Amino acid sequence: MLSRVADSIYWLNRYVERAENVARFVDVNLNLLLDSPSGVSQQWEPIVLTTGDLPLFQERYGEFTAENVIRFLTFDGDYPNSILSCLRSARENARSVREIISSEMWQHVNSFYLMVTEAAQSKTPQDLSSVLKFYEEVKMASHLFAGVMNATMTHNEGWHFGQIGRLMERADKTARILDVKYFILLPSVNYVGSTLDELQWMALLKSASAYEMYRKRGQHRISPHSVAEFLILDQEFPRSIRFCIMQAERSLHQITGTPVGAWQTSVERAMGRLRTDLDYLTIDDIIDTGLHEFLENLQSRMNDVGDKMFETFFALQAVS
Amino acid sequence: MKNTEFVAVQFNDYEPGDFYDELFVAKGQPRPEAIPLINRINSLSAEEVQRRQQAAQIAMFKMGVTFNVYNDGQGTERIFPFDIIPRIVSAEEWEFIERGLKQRIYALNQFIGDIYGDQKILRDGIIPTELIYSATGFLKPCIGLKPPGGIWCHITGTDLVRDRDGQWYVLEDNLRCPSGVSYVLENRRVMKSTFPLVFNTMKIQPVEDYPSHLLETLLNLAPPYLSDPTVVVLTPGIYNSAYFEHSFLAQQMGVELVEGRDLVVQDGYLQMRTTKGLQRVDVIYRRIDDDFIDPLVFRSDSMLGVPGLMDVYCSGRVAIANALGTGVADDKVIYAYVPQMIRYYLDEDPILSNVPTYLCWEPDQQSHVLANLDKLVVKAANESGGYGMLVGPHATQEQRDEFARRVQSAPRNYIAQPTLCLSRVPTLVDDHFEGCHVDLRPYILYGKEIYVNPGGLTRVALRRGSLVVNSSQGGGSKDTWVVCKSDQ
Repeated sequence: MLSRVADSIYWLNRYVERAENVARFVDVNLNLLLDSPSGVSQQWEPIVLTTGDLPLFQERYGEFTAENVIRFLTFDGDYPNSILSCLRSARENARSVREIISSEMWQHVNSFYLMVTEAAQSKTPQDLSSVLKFYEEVKMASHLFAGVMNATMTHNEGWHFGQIGRLMERADKTARILDVKYFILLPSVNYVGSTLDELQWMALLKSASAYEMYRKRGQHRISPHSVAEFLILDQEFPRSIRFCIMQAERSLHQITGTPVGAWQTSVERAMGRLRTDLDYLTIDDIIDTGLHEFLENLQSRMNDVGDKMFETFFALQAVS
Repeated sequence: MKNTEFVAVQFNDYEPGDFYDELFVAKGQPRPEAIPLINRINSLSAEEVQRRQQAAQIAMFKMGVTFNVYNDGQGTERIFPFDIIPRIVSAEEWEFIERGLKQRIYALNQFIGDIYGDQKILRDGIIPTELIYSATGFLKPCIGLKPPGGIWCHITGTDLVRDRDGQWYVLEDNLRCPSGVSYVLENRRVMKSTFPLVFNTMKIQPVEDYPSHLLETLLNLAPPYLSDPTVVVLTPGIYNSAYFEHSFLAQQMGVELVEGRDLVVQDGYLQMRTTKGLQRVDVIYRRIDDDFIDPLVFRSDSMLGVPGLMDVYCSGRVAIANALGTGVADDKVIYAYVPQMIRYYLDEDPILSNVPTYLCWEPDQQSHVLANLDKLVVKAANESGGYGMLVGPHATQEQRDEFARRVQSAPRNYIAQPTLCLSRVPTLVDDHFEGCHVDLRPYILYGKEIYVNPGGLTRVALRRGSLVVNSSQGGGSKDTWVVCKSDQ
């Protein structure tokens, strides 16, 4: 497979997944705010903080109003990680490999893109109900893309590159969604463990589509401890970080042909170390480190895996 | 007063006018091969016809069947407008066209091989040598080149037009990188869902096997000792106007679509960069112009090509379709000599006629051209796509004076032709049918033998009264139905 093609399929999947997760971010925040008692000021700064693009936002918008943040994250064509920009990039990547992916995949990305550009022209951030509906559509279109890809494209090398792109992006964003709660401030320390606190954790689970599955797996009660455990360490829930890393590692070894547990390339080594760490961690270890600190470290290790993907597969230079 | 050219969505009032109409002999009198279609459309309500037209357009848009427009601020992609009323060609007529095209391609291929080889046609004085050497498509580095099987023009898209009296003419040969065949295939796909019943009753020759024929044509160029040669389509990239087609053809053939940056010359072979290292490439279907193919030999500023490719090509270690240098025959001055080529190489009379062409470098013809600028179409010899031309009857005196100056200062670069009155096909314009002018570009493949895809791209001038069908200038397209012989 051409290096450029592998790179494009990888990014196509990352961008679609990223768009979905931006929708989840904004959605979780809107839901958290709707559950807040009146009189508590709206908190939009934390969500921008978790994207890592705070300076860019401040430079372009200044004030953290709902309208500004929604516009920035959703429809700002000049912000490279907005939903609109993600879809534009996803489509550009799909267009450059449309002979490799299935026609159904291309058609779906194309109409997904058209749906988002149309919304960017017609929807305003003030109209919350229509914006919320739009986020639902974005999430569904992203699921549909993954399903179409799963069911119409041969599960070959290119498909595995796509899987890695999607799973690495998802792991990164689940970490960030979890981090939103860290930044959202309760009105006072007395609220810890209160109904409001619990409502916020529930909203967070819902935004990761994890609420129902969390309730079902035996541990019914909502506690910060077990929510974090579920989203980071669960082996079976498809949005948990550990699940994503395990599956990404499997795809990686399908591409290289090296058995899991052994490595020949730097990316296999970095991914394998990350996966084994997650295998043997407990939630208590994580809380001891500090959840926020743990998540930050995890994100930088996942970025490192991404860099090594690039060095290993995409940046092939001729020997001269 | 009601303009008689405007008619209802049904065909009862359609006025073919004083033109050759491809579907009607006269008002209310469809050509025999068009009757089932006309009846079917007449049986639909006006809303239904429009609904199907819209559905067809939407299907095209969703598939991303688009072309890119240069220098257009409105994003880079546009849909190629599509009209659901097809052009229909009878079996007998097609047989004639097919024979004519085969003859022409065969002669042109002989000609290209000859001028990069022994140059007999020049030595025998049929074509003046200086005309060849002054053609921009003539590439000196190709002299002595021996492409596999002696085939130079593997893929051709010849432009045909019909005059008022119904006679066919060859307008251009397009021997370099003709585009448009993907629209032929996509138009057909959409038409099958637009008029499924008509497809059932009429026997229409299928076009869908074009990609298989194309792949065979390309595989035919690989050395026979390779059991599994690697074929690639070389594209300038996603910003090229025909990118959709490049990726479409690669997909349909199941071969890699590569850009120049994916390729590298190493160990004397052309190789592509893959996730598992370098892999050898044996055959290139290139969709980039000669000038850009190798910055070491041609344009040094080309970012699209591959340094060193020409060396590999000349040594026979990679095959390229079309061969480099075929553009020489696209020069409109050289085009004028095709009838002589057919007589010279084949000792036959041409089946398809050229449009009568005046060569401005010949003093007699030039004075005729200058005296008749208001009646003629003047074209630059090396331009295509509807650029660099003067349509005398529609031009202002200033424009004509400007072209007169250009012709006099560079007579070699200009030819002139009478203004043909292109044939028309009824086309859905807003809520009624209007006759719009069309041309026809069939696609011809030269592999083990010459194959003509039955049909081709019918381009239609959608601006009222316009004769310019190019997609870059407001043209659209139609499906082309070649009817099977009654015994088939």
